[in-house]
Amino acid sequence: MKKQVLSLIGGRLAIALITLLIVSSAVFFATALLPGDTAAILLGQAATPEAVAGLRKAMHLDDPALLRYGRWLIGLFTGDFGASYANGRPILDLIGGRFINTLKLAGVTTLFAVPLALFLGITSAMLRGTLYDRVVTLCTIGLISIPEFMVATTAVLVFSVTLGWLPALAYANDVKSFGELLRVFAMPVITLTFVVSAQMIRMTRAAVVETLNTPYAEMALLKGASRPRIVLRHALPNALGPIANAMALSLSYLLGGVIIVETIFNYPGVAKLMVDAVATRDLPLIQTCAMIFCLGFLILTTLADIVAILANPRLR
Amino acid sequence: MTHSVPESVPRPAAAPRRKPGYRFNLVGIIGLSVLLFWAVIAVIAPWVIPYPVGEIVDYDALGPMTAKFWLGTDYLGRDILSRVLMGARYTVGISLASVTLACSLGVTLGMIAAVSGGWLDTLLSRFLDAMNSIPSKLFGLVVVAAVGSSLPVLVLTMAVIYVPGSFRFARALAVNINTMDFVTAARIRGERTPYLILSEILPNILGPVLADLGLRFVFTVLLLSGLSFLGLGVQPPYADWGAMVRENIGGLAFGAPAVIFPCVAIATLTISVNLLIDNLPQKIRDRSDA
Amino acid sequence: MSQLVEIRDLKVSAKTDAGRTVEIIKGVSFDIAPGEIVALIGESGSGKTTIALTLMGHCRPGCRISGGSVRVDGQDMVTLTERERAEVRGTKVAYVPQSAAAAFNPSATIMDQVIEVTRIHGLMPPEQARTLAVELFRALSLPNPDSIGERYPHQVSGGQLQRLSAAMALIGSPKVVIFDEPTTALDVTTQIEVLRAFKAVMRKGGIAGVYVSHDLAVVAQIADRIVVLRGGEVQESGSTDQILHRAGHPYTRQLLAAFEPVPRSPEEAARVTDLRPLLEVDKLVAGYGPIQADGLPLVRALKSVSLSVQRGRNLGIIGESGCGKSTLARAIAGILPRRGGNIIFDGRELSPDARQRSREELRTLQIVFQSADTALNPAKSVEDLLGRPLTFYHGLKGKARDQRVDQLLDMVHLPKTVRHRRATELSGGQKQRVNFARALAADPKLILCDEITSALDTVVAAAIIELLKELQRELGLSYLFISHDLSVVEAICDEILVMYAGEKIEQLTPATVGSPDNHPYSRLLFSSTPKLDPTWLDSLEQDPELVRAYCRR
Repeated sequence: MKKQVLSLIGGRLAIALITLLIVSSAVFFATALLPGDTAAILLGQAATPEAVAGLRKAMHLDDPALLRYGRWLIGLFTGDFGASYANGRPILDLIGGRFINTLKLAGVTTLFAVPLALFLGITSAMLRGTLYDRVVTLCTIGLISIPEFMVATTAVLVFSVTLGWLPALAYANDVKSFGELLRVFAMPVITLTFVVSAQMIRMTRAAVVETLNTPYAEMALLKGASRPRIVLRHALPNALGPIANAMALSLSYLLGGVIIVETIFNYPGVAKLMVDAVATRDLPLIQTCAMIFCLGFLILTTLADIVAILANPRLR
Repeated sequence: MTHSVPESVPRPAAAPRRKPGYRFNLVGIIGLSVLLFWAVIAVIAPWVIPYPVGEIVDYDALGPMTAKFWLGTDYLGRDILSRVLMGARYTVGISLASVTLACSLGVTLGMIAAVSGGWLDTLLSRFLDAMNSIPSKLFGLVVVAAVGSSLPVLVLTMAVIYVPGSFRFARALAVNINTMDFVTAARIRGERTPYLILSEILPNILGPVLADLGLRFVFTVLLLSGLSFLGLGVQPPYADWGAMVRENIGGLAFGAPAVIFPCVAIATLTISVNLLIDNLPQKIRDRSDA
Repeated sequence: MSQLVEIRDLKVSAKTDAGRTVEIIKGVSFDIAPGEIVALIGESGSGKTTIALTLMGHCRPGCRISGGSVRVDGQDMVTLTERERAEVRGTKVAYVPQSAAAAFNPSATIMDQVIEVTRIHGLMPPEQARTLAVELFRALSLPNPDSIGERYPHQVSGGQLQRLSAAMALIGSPKVVIFDEPTTALDVTTQIEVLRAFKAVMRKGGIAGVYVSHDLAVVAQIADRIVVLRGGEVQESGSTDQILHRAGHPYTRQLLAAFEPVPRSPEEAARVTDLRPLLEVDKLVAGYGPIQADGLPLVRALKSVSLSVQRGRNLGIIGESGCGKSTLARAIAGILPRRGGNIIFDGRELSPDARQRSREELRTLQIVFQSADTALNPAKSVEDLLGRPLTFYHGLKGKARDQRVDQLLDMVHLPKTVRHRRATELSGGQKQRVNFARALAADPKLILCDEITSALDTVVAAAIIELLKELQRELGLSYLFISHDLSVVEAICDEILVMYAGEKIEQLTPATVGSPDNHPYSRLLFSSTPKLDPTWLDSLEQDPELVRAYCRR
């Protein structure tokens, strides 16, 4: 049985690798092959054709696409991400510190969102049909129905404008004390927590409700078990896989949310960097940022699948 | 025993047939009415707006709600009510066009993959699953960075983004139906793939597929608004609701109606669609997946 | 009154999908004395399980008790609060489910689940509970009683799980145990062992029981009294002997009559003069999974099976689950391409895959599936279901097609009014008739019938068998009839082929069934089929060697 689990996980990892390859080619070709001569754009409208041709040669833009893709891919694996078109600085330097910033934001959000979502999701499944359940369900529907920027603006309206607890816009560039750190983090984390936990609550509740509808849950009821006992002893152990799966999947929504939140709160993370790079059409930077996000997304979804495999009691 | 990874595979609904007593409940009716309201507005907006959308009608920028300007004015002093009503055209229109495109393509491919099986199924599933692991906003960003933003590009990009999800959903449903004996019966009668897809599979997955289209419409509205908010969606002089929030974000600090009402418009649209789907008379399992 | 259970004028209502409330139990009353086993018998939809569950004060979602009283040991389960009901469940009344495989929590050990009742109600320390559980395992003649509890449910066979679920019910020393069709999902040879185990522990403990079943023969072995139900109402109730021998109600007599099938008369078969074989299957090999180096699939469900079907004659295939009988039908029909051997139909070799067969070959060889629920497209009307093969094979359109649809409905004794209805709106028997009419629409020479009566209630199934015989007289068809039920096969087939583990054991005629010359496995299989005689189980003697060799208990 153990061997079977290992081979399933191995298969899943192999699929992830293939996916990464497909994704990287999609990112590369979407940016590199679409119309628009990069060299001409870089040099501006006043450039002579000779200058453009010279730059094209220097940047290997005339090489076959497949060769350029291969070179780029090897660069990614060896840590050589190339240089920014906009200012010529190595991309690794540009991203470095900002990547840590984004990780911090994501980490703190996870710390808040997961326990909150678990608690609300499980309790609302346990109290299915009650007023509490309906309120939770309605709130989560509302939250997943609105764009992230709206959650952010609402949070600003409530916490800054009405209550005046926090500054509307915070800049993390000059954080000196722990108090300031809190104030900088507060609004982005609140926004992201709302966005991510709504998904998590919904999926957690669905997973628990599904196991509550099984014959073995009915059997437990017919043994005289109380409702909390049915949920904790019979439903939860079997819902663990789907719940962990839901957690990992929902965390991948963080990535989408992070793009908006970093922009709106001017938070110096990778996403903000990427949005700025889009404005200047800095393709190498965009490609690298995109790959970072895709990799993060892929790691989370693969993790979700592996958890589901490990949680299957029949494979134990 | 081989167990594949448990996925949230949707169950096909029972026969999609209207029966007496087949009714929307109250919440469903509210959702449907709001949705219809915005659909009608999207069509008739040019004839009902009180002021031309581009005209600066008030020198008081980001003005409050008054009898003259019901929803206040924006950062240039344009009438918000007119702009919100016209914005419905862009938000609803673009989203509907791209979600229809995405779902027709995704559902067709999904059914073909399920019925054909074999290498075609593996190839399509692998490729589209890989596409699915590019976060949607990111894909939008990359494409817009490369080719710039215009209405056709927006529609196509968002369609491409939601094809994999729609494919996956339809394929899962169709695979379930495909194992049913009535499809086997048709197959050994000698029926060809187009008949199997159109006559045996499609009628049995139509209900869930339409519900899924609704959910994906919500995702599309959210994505479009998000892109516009980042300045990568609908470009000036036109403005959808997301772009209006971006334009007037300066008024956020003092809670100007110019920021609030476009947000409210988006929320009413998306929440009403979600409520409608959750309260469809037919029991279709809700799913949350992008 | 010293009755243990008194049910008086019980009414249960249910909410339909359309939102209407209907009464599904319409005023049922009966009693159970201490130590007495009462059987609730009836077809699907008769409300037997619903009534049994009210003894625990439980209703399935969407249902509720709308009237009457259910007194168990002096307490009225209807008026108790949910907390008070929970105290009764597992201690006074216990439940043995239909599918033990689904009723065991897959992520906990069997022992933990068996003794859970004692934990919930604080009956005894866990150590004592475990000892008691092992005693029960032994009493239920489970293998390795000391260690079986440490396993997980998926590591134990279906028959064992069913007995383990009885241990789970008995651990709290209940006064009444509800058995909800506990042997329906089991093979006949497994069923015997389980029934014996149930009967022994119930007798020994003097425990009262409610035994829910659709099978009179099974009930006859274990029940003291029988309550016959139909449509949520009691038709008749009496002692087992009374019901079996002096049934008063016409419905009860119908149920009993379905147990005495009329065999196909030899004259009927003899009328056929053309004696060339219609279907010849030679050393057929088929299976599932990846193809191995020797060109055969990993799991070989069929290992070289040969048979032949004569024109106008019927061959029955009988065997237990997993013997390969359904694979045989699928391989002949070309749904599962064969990996070896040969199939000659009507003088021509059929290609392994249905996709490579000609339309004429497909038309003359039809298959009818077990479950009409999945075999009929729920989105289509009966007219479309029957019309499509008419258009596809015969090019019929418009009026000609309409007329033929009417004829087909008439042939299977369905009123013309059903033609615009959908399959989902028909009863089980009606659906199976439509399913069969669709095969007839092709004008076939041979129809493969894969367990077509096993999802139906006894009385309905008997009517379908009669219909098949009648159509054969009129149309000169042949049937390849696959079933796990000996009495059904005996009723319609001229010859019977016994299968075990993908192989043909032997081929015999209905007349020689039960003769001492039968193959040992055939003898075991035939003797395991329950009889209406209440003494059958107690007097049945089977060779333990044989049982060990052929049964996966």
